[in-house]
Amino acid sequence: MGTVNEPLVRLDSVELSYDGAPVLAGVDLTLRAGDFVGVVGPSGAGKTTLLRLALGTLCPTAGRIERARGLRVGYVPQLETVSWSFPVTVAECVLMVRSDRWLPWATRAERRAVTEVLDRLGIAHLADRHIRELSGGQQQRMFLARALLRDPQLLLLDEPTSGVDVATRHEMLHLLGHLHDDGMTILLTTHDLNGVAAHVPDLVAMNGTVLRRGAPADVMTPTVLEQTFGAPMDVLEHLGMPVVLDRKRHPRRPVVEAP
Amino acid sequence: MIETVIETLLEPFGYAFFVKGVVVATLAGALCGLVGVYVVLRGMSYIGHGLSHAIFGGFAASSVIGLNYVLGAGIWGFASALAINRVSRAHRIGADAAIGVITTASFALGVALLTVFGNRGPSFDAALFGSIIGISTADVWTLVAVSALTVAVVLTRYRALLFATFDPEVADVSGVRVARTDALLMLVLSLAILATLSIIGVTLVAATLVIPAVVARMLTHRFATMLCLSSAIGALCGLVGMNLSYHLDVPSGTTIVLTGATVFALVLMATGGRGLQRAPRAAVL
Ligand SMILES: Nc1ncnc2c1ncn2[C@@H]1O[C@H](COP(=O)(O)OP(=O)(O)OP(=O)(O)O)[C@@H](O)[C@H]1O
Ligand SMILES: [Mg+2]
Repeated sequence: MGTVNEPLVRLDSVELSYDGAPVLAGVDLTLRAGDFVGVVGPSGAGKTTLLRLALGTLCPTAGRIERARGLRVGYVPQLETVSWSFPVTVAECVLMVRSDRWLPWATRAERRAVTEVLDRLGIAHLADRHIRELSGGQQQRMFLARALLRDPQLLLLDEPTSGVDVATRHEMLHLLGHLHDDGMTILLTTHDLNGVAAHVPDLVAMNGTVLRRGAPADVMTPTVLEQTFGAPMDVLEHLGMPVVLDRKRHPRRPVVEAP
Repeated sequence: MIETVIETLLEPFGYAFFVKGVVVATLAGALCGLVGVYVVLRGMSYIGHGLSHAIFGGFAASSVIGLNYVLGAGIWGFASALAINRVSRAHRIGADAAIGVITTASFALGVALLTVFGNRGPSFDAALFGSIIGISTADVWTLVAVSALTVAVVLTRYRALLFATFDPEVADVSGVRVARTDALLMLVLSLAILATLSIIGVTLVAATLVIPAVVARMLTHRFATMLCLSSAIGALCGLVGMNLSYHLDVPSGTTIVLTGATVFALVLMATGGRGLQRAPRAAVL
């Protein structure tokens, strides 16, 4: 395991419905060791659902999902799903992922590992804070730290760049880029089209199914984006990278809003 | 003057039954305080309440058939706990209604059985509101054994329990066997209720599970600290409540709970209810 190009997770014509109509249908997607993939799509497109399928917390209603044997996955959940009033400090939260230890307190090696990973993400000084006392960007890095402490082969992140300012978003994507350079396989979802276009080499556009997968230049096109988001968008090129403009906010092109 | 007060306070300690009662109430309070942390953080207060009623049914049934009540009520309680946990984790609408029906039916069955066949154990009042009169040596050893087991479970499965309580989905993909951990917690919870039922009473057990944990939550935002604080507060309420019970001649469960409620009010005033946001998941009492 770990050799480049070996498939870690493979979805084969996967369909999923919660109680009624399918949320996802005909999804084919392969994640190989060394991939760095960004999934984009509108709210309700099924991005979180796709991650849950890849993780194995949801079973497909049709189709097949294969996972490499003994695959260790690190999962960074969408911040909205976390119970923030829960009484845990950052250090406690990060350490819970080492759940195979049979005693509560940390060993010296564990304490070192926690400090190291928090330090790497620049939040070591916050270790004793309550999780709610962190900014959004720090909270995301805390969950990344927790995922990394498990020494995963595959990292799945649900909207690791939501709700923070542009600089923090770029920092997070930079950080993930470094992890990828170190050999980590990464799949993330995001609403930040320009961020992923600039930082992530491999994009998936989806809305109920995978509409397109490829390099930013192939996915960030007006056609694919309109197909995905159901609204016209313009794409410019800036320093060789696609930049997406939401047409509603485009200054020169007034649109008539639906009543 | 002061001497008479002290004398009055120490007087009951001359009776062996009272000393036993105080020890048991303190231990019972600590046990409920410890388990209660998980009950409160999982938003299962209502489940604790229902479970004590369900266990009462098993208690009555085993007393009527002449089965050992720890065994009978224990198995009954654990089965109900697993059923309740499954229903509540399924997130279906009406989960709380289903729990209400199952547990109150079990309670009603218990009352009916005891009325028809008569009960060989403690009186109704004792079963409902707790008593120190009926505590047998077997009850004491049951409580000690359950407390030891609970501490052992909390220590050895500390991180798994914490993770499964905080975020079951991520815990599940991070190698925690969530279903098994939940079952273990349900086992400990039903045993704790069973072991404290005769001291605190069916109707009041839920409060002794909830109050210490809620008070502890207002005082700390560290999980490990909350576990210790909650146990200590539970023990204190048991100790003070049992003494009050003797002097006021009121059932012990009532005074234990009222002591807890007083502590709650004091801490609430002192802290302004810090950390008391709505519980994250499932039904709240
Ligand atoms: N547990 C559930 N039960 C029923 N329906 C669900 C459940 N979770 C999600 N859905 C539905 O499935 C669809 C896809 O949801 P999903 O959370 O995967 O979208 P998403 O792309 O992650 O959206 P967002 O960008 O807002 O996070 C939505 O229509 C949602 O209402
Ligand atoms: Mg989502």
